[in-house]
Amino acid sequence: MGDRADSWVGRAVPRLEDAALLTGNARFIDDLSPLPGIRHVALLRSPHPHARILGIDAEAARAMPGVVGVVTGAELREHLNPLASAVRAPMAYYPIAIDKVRYAGEPVALVAAEDRYLAEDAAEAIEVDYQPLDAVVDPLAALATEAPVLHEEAGGNLVHHRQFAYGDPEAAFAEAAEVVRLAWRYPRQSATPMETYGAIAHFEAAPERYTVWSNFQGPFILQPLMARALGIGGNQLRLIAAAHSGGSFGIKQGLYPYLVLLAAASRLLGCPLKWVEDRLEHLSASSSAADRADEIEAAFDGEGHLTGLRFDNLVNVGAYVRAPEPASVYRMHAAANGCYRVRHIAIQNRLVTTNKLPIGLNRGYGGPQFYFGLERAMDLAARRLAIDPAEIRRRNFLAADGFPYEGPAGAIYDSGDYGKGLEMLLEIADYPTLRARRDAARAEGRLFGIGLAAGVEPSGSNMAYVTLAQTPEEREKAGGRSGGVACASVAMDPSGTVTVHLDSTPAGQGHATVAAQIVADALGLRPEQIQVDTAMDTGSGAWSLASGNYSNRFAAIVVGAIAESAGRIAGKLKAVAAELLEVAADDVELAEGRARIAGVPEQGIALGRVAAATHWHPAGLPDGMAPGLYDTALLNPAVLDAPDGADRVASAVTFGFLCDLVALEVERATGRLRIERYASVHDVGRVLNPIVVEGQVRGGFAHGFGAAMFEELAYDQDGNFLSGSFADYLCPTSADLPPLEFANYETASPQNPFGSKGMGDGSSMLTPVVLANAVADALDLDEVELPLSLDRVWRLANPETDGR
Amino acid sequence: MMRLPPGQRTRVTCTVNGQAHSGFAESRTLLSDFLRHELHLYGTHVGCEHGVCGACTVVLDGRLARSCATLAVQAEGAEITTVEGLAADEGLEPLRQAFSRHGALQCGFCTPGILASASHFLAARPDPTEAEVRDMLSGHLCRCTGYEGMVRAILEVARETTEGANQ
Amino acid sequence: MKPAAFEYCRPDSLAEALALLSEYGDEAAVLAGGLSLGPLLNMRMARPEVVIDINRLADLARIERDGEVLRLGALVRQADVLASAECQDLVPLLVAALGHVGHYQTRDRGTLAGSAAHADPSAEVPLCLKTLAGAVELTSERQVRRVPADDFFQGTLTTARADDEMITALLWPTDRGRQGFAFEEVSERRGDFAIVAAAAWAERHDYDEGYRYGLGLGGVEEWSLVSRGGGRRAPEDLAEFADEVIAGVTEDIEPMRDQRASAAYRRHLADHLGRKVLLRALETALGEVQS
Repeated sequence: MGDRADSWVGRAVPRLEDAALLTGNARFIDDLSPLPGIRHVALLRSPHPHARILGIDAEAARAMPGVVGVVTGAELREHLNPLASAVRAPMAYYPIAIDKVRYAGEPVALVAAEDRYLAEDAAEAIEVDYQPLDAVVDPLAALATEAPVLHEEAGGNLVHHRQFAYGDPEAAFAEAAEVVRLAWRYPRQSATPMETYGAIAHFEAAPERYTVWSNFQGPFILQPLMARALGIGGNQLRLIAAAHSGGSFGIKQGLYPYLVLLAAASRLLGCPLKWVEDRLEHLSASSSAADRADEIEAAFDGEGHLTGLRFDNLVNVGAYVRAPEPASVYRMHAAANGCYRVRHIAIQNRLVTTNKLPIGLNRGYGGPQFYFGLERAMDLAARRLAIDPAEIRRRNFLAADGFPYEGPAGAIYDSGDYGKGLEMLLEIADYPTLRARRDAARAEGRLFGIGLAAGVEPSGSNMAYVTLAQTPEEREKAGGRSGGVACASVAMDPSGTVTVHLDSTPAGQGHATVAAQIVADALGLRPEQIQVDTAMDTGSGAWSLASGNYSNRFAAIVVGAIAESAGRIAGKLKAVAAELLEVAADDVELAEGRARIAGVPEQGIALGRVAAATHWHPAGLPDGMAPGLYDTALLNPAVLDAPDGADRVASAVTFGFLCDLVALEVERATGRLRIERYASVHDVGRVLNPIVVEGQVRGGFAHGFGAAMFEELAYDQDGNFLSGSFADYLCPTSADLPPLEFANYETASPQNPFGSKGMGDGSSMLTPVVLANAVADALDLDEVELPLSLDRVWRLANPETDGR
Repeated sequence: MMRLPPGQRTRVTCTVNGQAHSGFAESRTLLSDFLRHELHLYGTHVGCEHGVCGACTVVLDGRLARSCATLAVQAEGAEITTVEGLAADEGLEPLRQAFSRHGALQCGFCTPGILASASHFLAARPDPTEAEVRDMLSGHLCRCTGYEGMVRAILEVARETTEGANQ
Repeated sequence: MKPAAFEYCRPDSLAEALALLSEYGDEAAVLAGGLSLGPLLNMRMARPEVVIDINRLADLARIERDGEVLRLGALVRQADVLASAECQDLVPLLVAALGHVGHYQTRDRGTLAGSAAHADPSAEVPLCLKTLAGAVELTSERQVRRVPADDFFQGTLTTARADDEMITALLWPTDRGRQGFAFEEVSERRGDFAIVAAAAWAERHDYDEGYRYGLGLGGVEEWSLVSRGGGRRAPEDLAEFADEVIAGVTEDIEPMRDQRASAAYRRHLADHLGRKVLLRALETALGEVQS
């Protein structure tokens, strides 16, 4: 499939989404008003990072004109169960503070009013009596015995601790010729989509149910969790995702506690409620990647073969463990060997709570932090062993003829040819010339560096990988978990036109276009003839626990479900057409809007007539054939098995590969980085639409570049939040990004009919570390941390300054 | 002198996209909220409400304005162009198509403001350099695309238009 | 993020605007481009009782030459100056600096007077005004006065403007900086407020061998550091002279430190950028090429 020269799949089909977006006709959550009488919510949030709530006086606020009501945590507690997670430490997470606030920005009270202006006026009038407590924001400091404890019932801030060993890491390190060791801090960052969170919640008493419109984007494993928090059955909570979402990059997963909060408040206040998060709320209290204090040790033999790895991950989860955390530290776990052959790996994972906002999905999801260690270590080892950084990677790559490859921690790598990618990269970037330029620049006393990095991009997650947070015994007790199911529905109506429903809740990735390409190929139509509905509705369409927009699952798994469903519709059309044309079904082909006899294209009938036969004349269908043309496929990749007793798991379906090279000069006088060249080569399997693929690579690069250079959700030592505006949280602009030279090649994945792999995260994972590698090379340093701010780089480039 | 006390609403009349519009606003009502929730022109998007991200950019009396940093009452009698008005401009069709062809948008949330800036910019500077385009675009945040497609699209349209004019 | 309630006033004349300022004093906020005030209102960090919208006072939008001074009215937008050949000719240092101010979009509405009124220590317009020894025209019902920029900017977000006064114009000397000028800044991203900005100008007298210069450094302390001077004969070694000037300016400074930059980095940039711009201005004006 997708191999035919005339197929739509693989072509640069302009996106079907664009026309509405370019004319102001696309509707986002804040544009919707699905029912009358909606009131507008403002949230009063804690100014304190850590404090006990002694009392809340909302009388004045309630009495203000236009105010419908005020709801506090204490009132809501009666109606809510805590939001559960895979971490078993005894600590309760509610979507609103009950008796204590644990981060600056945590919701304390909800106000509903006629409009947002009045709601904000009333929020200001609420008086909260706080007893401030000492705060801790640093993950290492939070482990100290004297540290303030966030959740007293958990007995401390260390809320999760597991150790793993694959192969024999002890022996590998004992026998190593060279061991490199690095310890570093990774800063807190957030993808900050241009559209913030938004939701409308509506409670109906009879029959008792909640309907919530929002830009929540899954994973829908959180739907039953939300229902449990509301104390209702799953069918009493209908989630509707808006057809258009203004970016997510994972972050909109963190919206779900607010959906619970708004739903419960809608019940208490007796009216539908709408809340649109403002940017200040988004930065301080939506979600973010974790800051970490990690260590890595890498063992090598004398020839630069990587023989062992030890990871010590200390993850600052923030104030609460919000499901699906602690998934971010387990996302790369099964692929902890990266793109290398190393078989002996030890991993320690510790999660610590601090007075920062809770972490969650964020582009790259654990990948940038993971690769920062591994790829810094590879560069460092190359330097120590006097091996070229490209060569040391080449020596350790998985063999091109060794796929599928089962990694030591259970990842099953589907396909690849990493050496080919690296050679392409070195050629595109003209590596020999860059090295000569580095030599020349250094001879003049200039600070010129080259960075390299390589890695795999796991896509299409196994929903069970997060259960590595539990011991095999705990998993056994909890019951089996596995899989990552995708759903797609294809329908042909009586007029012969096609509608597709997806469960992938896209946020700009062009899923509708690619789905239309797939269905157009299957049914012999043109993509623009297909309507693709991306507005997911748990009350009316098929969905699974895995539904949603994360882990690049679309091109890894969802495309297979679309193809399967479209294939069944095509099969039925052929069977019906075969009767009408009086030939065998195998002799019918669908092309150019017609069902026609293969090899005799002039003999055929319009698809509309075939479709009509199934809808208007069921009695005339072949015996046993069901009427209509409606099909839903639920597809689970067989590779996504449950974790085994040795904590090994096939964590993802496809493994793309990428490698990056950057050459830069550090301006000694200012600390500014002058990027001379940035090249990136990707294997994303078969490309379904080059416009979409290039867009994802460039966007991921921009996120990675911002993360490397500017971005940090900063707190002071007392827990006060310092990055509350876009003038403080610095996202890269068009004037800041260097040109990206991008190329791709294809190794087909055996995991879906198209050979495609999930993609979109990769560049955001590698860009931070490759820039750090180049700066380390330029400055001849072992230790470099992010962001590579002007001040930091200047200090590194001028070690004689005392940093006054 | 016009005076509007706090909490009182007044009728604001302006020309939006060539048509007379009117709606009610308080003194503090932001132009972005007025356009969206009073005039139901939802194509203008709000991304930060502090004048940085550029998503809400519109043309107000010939100048670009962050509609989140502008009061609705300031627009009394003004001429405003939003993305809906740009959509009706056939002359901008090449720009829209170039945006699509070059992958200049993904989620499209920031796009309406960028189209307002780009069309305003190209009218003032029909033959810009890449550096000028990048400088102009630096007044907008996009988290999806990395901006490259926008730069290419704007330069391509400028080149085609300039060449067409020279022929 | 919505503003708290306020009264909106749109005067039809300067007199009406001044009457409101006289009545409300520090409870009033003047709205021009709105790029500083708008966000402050939305975040409720500014909570004026009255907002005075001066955007319809067309008289304030004039660019006019008044002898040796270029008078830029309170409603002159940054983009107007960038597009003005007269400004390019008369105040090239300002024009060079404005390219660093905000973005294409914000320059289209943002006013110079608004930047002066806001008085951010890193802002480019106040730095240039002070470096060129310009002045601020303040108008109230009581009086019109011209306050030298040296006296006007008193610290972070603090100026000599009395509560009943409005900035009606910025006054730019046109007899300096037209022979030699230079502007540079270091900021994280294009359009951000500078971590440190440096502006310099130099002139050779047309009546004798003498010369004058000015150097300003923004973002280092709460107000721009400025050195202006001159002499009867151009210095022989411009680099040595620049070093002396810089040493004089940066002696005893206590640079700010914040999330963006340490005091040491600011001190270094002050030194580095200051020397660079001053030397370039001197070389251009005094015609010597130094190594």
